[in-house]
Amino acid sequence: MQIDKNLVMYLEKLGRIELSEEQRTASEKDLQDILTYIDTLNELNTDGVEPASHSFPVANVMRQDCVTNTAQREAVLQNAPNEKDGCFVVPKTVE
Amino acid sequence: MEWEIVMGLEVHTELATETKIFCGCSTAFGGEPNTHVCEICSGLPGTLPLLNQRVVEFAVRTGLATNCEITRKNKFDRKNYFYPDLPKAYQISQLYLPICRNGFVEITDADGNPKKIGIHEIHMEEDAGKLIHDEFDDCTLVDYNRCGVPLLEIVSEPDFRSADEVLQYLEKLRAILQFTGVSDCKMQEGSLRADVNLSVRPKGQKEFGTRTEMKNLNSFRAIGRAIAYEANRQIELLEDGEKIVQETRRWDDNKGYSYAMRSKEDAQDYKYFPEPDLPPIEISEETIESIRSAMPELPEQKKRRYIDELGLPEYDTSILTSDKAYVSLFEETLALCGSPKDVANWIMGEVMKLLNDTATLPENMELSPKDLAAVIQMVKSNKINRGTGKTVLEKVFTEGVDPEKYVADNNLAQITDLSALRPVIEEVIAANEKSVTEYKSGKTQAIGYLMGQAMRALKGKAPAQEVQKLLHEILD
Repeated sequence: MQIDKNLVMYLEKLGRIELSEEQRTASEKDLQDILTYIDTLNELNTDGVEPASHSFPVANVMRQDCVTNTAQREAVLQNAPNEKDGCFVVPKTVE
Repeated sequence: MEWEIVMGLEVHTELATETKIFCGCSTAFGGEPNTHVCEICSGLPGTLPLLNQRVVEFAVRTGLATNCEITRKNKFDRKNYFYPDLPKAYQISQLYLPICRNGFVEITDADGNPKKIGIHEIHMEEDAGKLIHDEFDDCTLVDYNRCGVPLLEIVSEPDFRSADEVLQYLEKLRAILQFTGVSDCKMQEGSLRADVNLSVRPKGQKEFGTRTEMKNLNSFRAIGRAIAYEANRQIELLEDGEKIVQETRRWDDNKGYSYAMRSKEDAQDYKYFPEPDLPPIEISEETIESIRSAMPELPEQKKRRYIDELGLPEYDTSILTSDKAYVSLFEETLALCGSPKDVANWIMGEVMKLLNDTATLPENMELSPKDLAAVIQMVKSNKINRGTGKTVLEKVFTEGVDPEKYVADNNLAQITDLSALRPVIEEVIAANEKSVTEYKSGKTQAIGYLMGQAMRALKGKAPAQEVQKLLHEILD
C-alpha cells in the first residue's frame, strides 16, 4: 500500500488532529516504513492456516454479572477538562 | 402511479443485566450523572475490558427466540469514531461475526396471512454516554453512566411493506425480549430504540429505491407517524421528478416532521478491526442447549397454553400476552382466585381502562395480584356487585386502598338479607306511578326505569337479579 500526503491528511481529519507540513512529511515516511515492515509477513506461506485475530489460544474469558464498582465521581471527574453539574464539559457538539 | 414502501429496522435494546458489558459498574437507570463510571468505561489508558457472561447468555436467548443460527466462534471488533459520547473514541461491537444470524419473527400481513420478517443478524455492543446540550453556556455536558451498558442490535431484512407490519414486529419483538428477561424494553428510558430505513419504489419494480434512515423514534406512535411522513415525502419528491438523497433524518414528534441531520462531508469511515483486548468467545452445543432448556415460556407458547389448558378465547390470549406486565398480573391473580375467564375479563376491561385513563404504562402499574384477586372474589361470592367492584378497583388502583377494608369501611357489601329489599322496592313503586301505569299498559321497557330507581335507592348494594325478581313479583 502506498502512503501519500492526501492519505495522511485524511487520517488527520479522522483523528481530529492537525499536523504541520514538516510533521506531515515525516508521518508519510514513518507510515510507509511501518507498512513496508508489516508487508514482510506477506512473504510467509499461510496456506492451510485458519485466519485468526488473536495470537494466544485463549477463549471465553468472562466475568460474573455482579456490581463491583461504587460511585467515584470525584475521581472520574479529575480527568475532565472542565466540569459542570457532575458532568464533563466539552465544546458544543450538534448533530 | 402506485407506490410500494420498503422498510428495514435496526432495533437497539439495552440488556437487563446488573452490570455493564465490560466492567462492574451498575446499569441502573436514572443515577446522578457519572456515578456509574469507572476507569474502564471512561476509557482510561491501560485498562482492559472483561466481558460480562450474561450478555452472551442473553444474546443467545434472543437468537433462539427469534429462530436464529448461533455463531459458534465469536469475536468483537473495534468501530472507531471520534465523538464525546464515547471516551475511548471507539465502540466495541461485532462486525464480522455477529452472534446470531438468519432468524425470523412471524407477523400477519394485510390479508391476514402469516408473514416472516427476516432477521439478518443480532450483535452485541456497548452503548454510548449521554450528551446534554447546554443552551445557557453554549457547551455540551457529558454523562457516562450509560456508556458501556450492554446492547443488542437486531437488524431485520428489508421485509416490511407497511407501518402496521413494522409495529406488529416491534410489539412481537418487545414481548420476546421482555418474556425472555433480556430487556425491560422501556422506550421512554431508551431501553428499546428503533431506526427505520425506508425507501419507495413503483409497485412491481424489483430494484430498491434510495433509502433514508430515520432516528429518534422513541414511541410506537412516533414510529407510525414518522413512517407515514417519510413515505409521503419521498413519493412527492419522486412524483415531482426529483431524486431522494441518501441521508439520516431526525424525527421531531412534537412538530410532526423530520429533517436531515447535518450530513458529514466524508462518508463514515469507522476503520473497523478485530478488537485486540478481548479474546474470542466460543459457544458450545452444550451451552446453547442449557440456555435453550432454561428459557422462560415465550408469548406464543403462553397463548397456546392459555387456549388449550385454560380454555380462553384466542382474542383474550393475544391481548394478555401482548405485555409481560399483563401476563404476570394474570398468572399471579389466577393462582390466588382461579376463574381464568373472570381474571382475563377484569384485566382486559377494568385494569386496561384504568391504565388508559391514568396514562400509566403497564410496566409501571402498581396494582397487586392480591388486591385484584380480592376484588374478583368479592364479586364472585356476591359480597359486592360488579359495579361496586369496579369502584373498589379504581380506589385500589389510584389510591392503593385495601379492597376488603374499603368495602367494610364504606359499608359497600351487598344486602344479604333479602327481606330488607321488599319495603324499599315497594316505596319505589309507590313513588313512580307513571312508570308503573306504563308498564301495566304493556310498555315493558318501563321496568328498566323502575329497576334503576330501585338500585339507586339501595345504593347499588343489592343483587340485581333479586331486585328484578321482586319487581316482577309485586307488579305482575
